[in-house]
Amino acid sequence: MKKETVLDGPRLDAFSKVTGSERYSVDYYPENFLWAGAKRAMVPHARLLALHTEAAGALPGVFRVLTFRDVAGSNRLGIVRNHQPVLVDEVVRYAGDPVALVLAESKEILAAALDLITVDQELLPCIFDAEEALKDGAPKVHEDNDEGNLLRTVSVCKGDPDTAFGACDAVAGGVFETSRQEHAYLETEAGWAHVDDRGVLTIVASTQHPYRDRREITGALGISLEKLRVIAPYLGGAFGGKDGITVQCLLGLAALCSGGRPVKMWWDRRESFLAGVKRLPARMYYRLGAKGDGTFHALSCRLYFDAGAYAGLAGEVMAMAAEHAGSAYRIPNVNIEGYCVYTNNPVGGPFRGFGVPQVTAGMEQIVDMVAEKLSMDPLELRRVNALRQGDRNCLDVELTHSTGVVECIGKLMEHPLWKDRQAWKTSAPKWKKRGCGIGCMGHAIGYPALVPDEANARLELKKDGTFRLYSGVSDMGQGNASTYVRIAAAILDQDAAAIELLQPDTDHDLPSGSSSASRTTYTFGNAVIEAAGALKETILRCAARSSGLEDIDAVELLPGRVRFKESGRSIPLSDIAGLIDNDDRSQKGYFRAPHDQSTLAIMYLGAHVLFSYGAHLARIEVDILTGKIDVVDYVAVTDAGKVLNRCVYDQQVQGSIAQGIGYALMEDYLVSEGRQETGDLATYIVPTSVDLPDMVSIAVEPEEKTGPFGMKGLGEVVISGCLPAISNAFHDACGVRITRSPLTQERVLSALAGRGEGR
Amino acid sequence: MKRKISFTLNGSEISIETDPARRAVDVLRQDLQLTGTKEGCGEGECGACSILVDETVKLSCLMTAAQLEGKKIVTIEGIARGQGLHPIQQSFIEYGAVQCGFCTPGMVIAAVAFLAANPAPTREEIRDAISGNTCRCTGYQKIVDAVEDAAEKMRGGNSDG
Repeated sequence: MKKETVLDGPRLDAFSKVTGSERYSVDYYPENFLWAGAKRAMVPHARLLALHTEAAGALPGVFRVLTFRDVAGSNRLGIVRNHQPVLVDEVVRYAGDPVALVLAESKEILAAALDLITVDQELLPCIFDAEEALKDGAPKVHEDNDEGNLLRTVSVCKGDPDTAFGACDAVAGGVFETSRQEHAYLETEAGWAHVDDRGVLTIVASTQHPYRDRREITGALGISLEKLRVIAPYLGGAFGGKDGITVQCLLGLAALCSGGRPVKMWWDRRESFLAGVKRLPARMYYRLGAKGDGTFHALSCRLYFDAGAYAGLAGEVMAMAAEHAGSAYRIPNVNIEGYCVYTNNPVGGPFRGFGVPQVTAGMEQIVDMVAEKLSMDPLELRRVNALRQGDRNCLDVELTHSTGVVECIGKLMEHPLWKDRQAWKTSAPKWKKRGCGIGCMGHAIGYPALVPDEANARLELKKDGTFRLYSGVSDMGQGNASTYVRIAAAILDQDAAAIELLQPDTDHDLPSGSSSASRTTYTFGNAVIEAAGALKETILRCAARSSGLEDIDAVELLPGRVRFKESGRSIPLSDIAGLIDNDDRSQKGYFRAPHDQSTLAIMYLGAHVLFSYGAHLARIEVDILTGKIDVVDYVAVTDAGKVLNRCVYDQQVQGSIAQGIGYALMEDYLVSEGRQETGDLATYIVPTSVDLPDMVSIAVEPEEKTGPFGMKGLGEVVISGCLPAISNAFHDACGVRITRSPLTQERVLSALAGRGEGR
Repeated sequence: MKRKISFTLNGSEISIETDPARRAVDVLRQDLQLTGTKEGCGEGECGACSILVDETVKLSCLMTAAQLEGKKIVTIEGIARGQGLHPIQQSFIEYGAVQCGFCTPGMVIAAVAFLAANPAPTREEIRDAISGNTCRCTGYQKIVDAVEDAAEKMRGGNSDG
């Protein structure tokens, strides 16, 4: 079998999903279970004075009402800063903070009980704007934070930007603001939990990182690591929103207090929107200078990211944004300052792109503005400045890995939709305007230098001669599990159907990091390759020795059997399995992604060394009467290394574009005084099938030598191109720029009427 | 107050005893363990809970148990034909229309009803037909591809459709 053939083909999880038989975290209704649900604060900032739970507790069918007094551990959650209460004990910091937890016999009783809980609280002054929150006298979200409302700041300086701007022939500046985007995965946060006879708490939940969850939960609830097991079935979407604790700890607390009964929690859509993390809104001050020949010479940017009420991974999102603030270009003089700031808004967190969509929107619009000042073709300007392998990026990190952004731009330059852009523009019918815009981007793969980006895979030859692969990384829908099986099948020369995959379970003891950071196939795939290679060698050695041979090259592994090359004799794998020690039938593989410790001096957590790239084109039509923008054509050229499976590849490209178009045109999770105004899918609008065009996905495929079969991560890079490409297309169509996204109909009409820049 | 409610479910006659005011989606998922029907919003916005009621697509999160009475109900579990998949399911697999899969049952149900009414649709008609079903993963393109392919297969008699 050719490796390419084994890697290609339909997703192996599609059958169970298309028949409805796949069991997600929401699909468990264990016998005799209790529903668990949280009472939310619904005020953005308050001191808790008293909780009145007596009426709820007295309601028939209510098993228990729990408060912070029932939490035996630290009652604090956090990844970098451990300060988010499981149940509020002192201060409410945003409307979604949970103040009590109810266990009830039915969903209906649960809802009634939650309504009966009342809270005495002293309302505190609030702060809702990240930049304002840094000023003296701003209300403090965390009294004990020494730096006021500043969660984290990073600063990157290279060359002499102050002087360099004076030496530029064209300088453009602008302020860009992006929206708070909600993940809106179809499966809202859910799971179930129980404590068994041995006192082990098992939590089955929709989570991107069961191993990190386990660490957080044990500390918060005061239980030991060996008494907690976390299992992650297939997720019904996550996109970063489940890269952290959602239901897990509340479920754990509920199960510890349920008298041995299983507990189930399933947030409804409104609770998911209220309490789930969001893409951090950003305000970004940009200045870019270029020489007369188009060479970028100086970049200055100041970034304000709204973290909301708790740290989560918000500081890391902002740091990633700062790292990518100069997009995919060579710029010798750079000054980047980033601020991540606490407010009483919803908690910010990971969302596909992890800070990069925000800064790419700023940078790629500024690049277009410089092109205009220089009267240069904007794509040619990008080509001139695009990073090549061996260059140093904006952080002064040398790019030693595959770097294909120039090839991406080249593909776009020769694309008919780019070549015919003037004809498109002039063909607009009455009351419409047409434009074409572009955007380029890079996106780091894996974790920054300080955080070990590791994976541990296990592959077992079962007694019956088939295989079992233990995954350490959740599959939130991107199809990594299927790809792991195909990778193992390719190495072992087996049919994919002969390999069963087990979803992540902390009892398997294979800590492999999060399902995030565009790392799932790159990092864990490499570990699978190593495990499969070790198992293959074990099988061949055993087979060879069974015939008195020491040379394992005398035998070959074929689907379901080994074959002696000389005699042509075959032995079924079930026979071989019986000859191998139980310990040896299972082999582990380990991989740590490339990292450069010398970058630790550059910025917080250090820098990344491996990037995927892309170049996008959007053709839009603007209805100047209604302000509606239609994206008519979309082309995404991507460098994510070699394509392993074209179908899964294009799934990531198309899905990212869909979320990117939503981010550009409609998605804005509105809060007013800390309260949600777009609390459901009727008011928070995501693209439907009639809002999106058929998309063109082009892969340039430089081989990434460190990647499994030459690939790099693809999950995130694509989303960052959409907002700038569409914004630039709008400027091309209408001659004005809307600097605050999304480009809603109101903002379009306002911009067309000359009322400011759509702010 | 519980009441007896009788209906046809995936080809079998059944009777259940339940509070008639409960939501149909809860009855299907929790009481009858047909968890293939998903719930994404509970407000009729996303289409994940779509089922066929007398061959018409309905949102089970907006239906009461009482409204099941006397109806012919088909959920995703009743779509496959014996041992074989429905051509729409087969095309969803082949064309990569499935990612996280949470919208998939509702999407398949919508496509089944649509192709029964319009066996030779254009891509635009397919897009209109599934516009009540939200998918957050795919960008819909491969779903449209799959429905287009299934329509062709079903017209051409390449399958038992």
